[in-house]
Amino acid sequence: MSARKTKPGTAAEYDPGRRSFLGSAAAAAGVALAPGVFLYGIAKPESAAARGLDVAASSDVRWGMLIDLNRCDSGCNECVNACATENGIKSHGRPETDAQWIRKVDIRDPRSGLSRSLPVMCQHCAEPPCVDVCPTGASFKRADGIVLVDRHRCIGCRYCMMACPYKARSFVHEELEDQKPHAPRGKGTVESCTMCVHRVDADELPACVEACTNTGGGAMLFGDLNDPDSEISKRVASYPTRQIRADLGLDPGVRYQNL
Amino acid sequence: MARRRNVIVLTAVALLSLVGMTVAVSDVPQPDIPRGRGESCVADTDFMRRNHMTMLNHQRDETVLKGVRSKRYSLKECVACHVVPGPDSTPVTVASPKHFCRSCHDYVAVKIDCFECHASRPDPDAVVAGVENE
Repeated sequence: MSARKTKPGTAAEYDPGRRSFLGSAAAAAGVALAPGVFLYGIAKPESAAARGLDVAASSDVRWGMLIDLNRCDSGCNECVNACATENGIKSHGRPETDAQWIRKVDIRDPRSGLSRSLPVMCQHCAEPPCVDVCPTGASFKRADGIVLVDRHRCIGCRYCMMACPYKARSFVHEELEDQKPHAPRGKGTVESCTMCVHRVDADELPACVEACTNTGGGAMLFGDLNDPDSEISKRVASYPTRQIRADLGLDPGVRYQNL
Repeated sequence: MARRRNVIVLTAVALLSLVGMTVAVSDVPQPDIPRGRGESCVADTDFMRRNHMTMLNHQRDETVLKGVRSKRYSLKECVACHVVPGPDSTPVTVASPKHFCRSCHDYVAVKIDCFECHASRPDPDAVVAGVENE
């Protein structure tokens, strides 16, 4: 990631000593293991970000997603359901105000009849407008590119909801109870897809990606866009992919293939 | 003789006042603070009573802003250790006056808003599934 894209306030401390130590440790492990295993370890997308629980997120990593729409069926809602289960999002029977962290958007070209179905969630922009407009600093971008709301600072003004071109954010209108311990949510604050940051920090895949791979069409790929050897970077480099509303110059971390 | 009587009277007064003090102490309602599950807390009780809010705030910023998820001082771990079983043996939420945090916060009349967003008990679904919370 270039220095321009990293806000000074949000960038994690970069410690070259630690990085080089980790690098040499990885190299030592590679020498000790069979060559094939070593190569696999390097190519694994998560390996770049595998870090201890007490290590801060690093701007060496930029988490992103690639969604292959040829594999995304318009009737399939696995990602949406998995998100709701993982993060404890329940409907209050009022679709206008119910929280939506991820939704399926069906589009159709009237001339050709071509139709596509897109899972749309927070696009985790490199230049997030929600962060620009937030008056309290609650809306922020983490060092590894994940855009979040610090609900401790959110005053519920909803400027970010206005600023987001993807309508990715929701406001919590109702008092909630029995939230998930890993996904705190509460009335009077704005929230959106966290890219399952609690799972990413534990070196796991976001719930939607996992569900799509296991029971859906296998359309979603999660990985480090900064690591040229990651599966997602290789696919982005070899196939034409698109960001929605790329004209806005926000550089979203979510990309779509075959759109 | 007079001196001896004085001594007796003084002793009696002292004894009575001692008894009175103990009565007075037991008259003051004390919070019924449930014990945690672990062997000991992350710091001494006296220290925790005065500083737990600072520790939680510090850990909160580390976790939310930087993604540091060390468990030792996390609210989730506090909640997981200080569970209080309810009548149906599932952990009570903060809606119950027996909840660990509430038992003391009610007593000192300090309102907290942590549990407007955070879960006040370990995830019941995860416990049912036999998966311990991470």
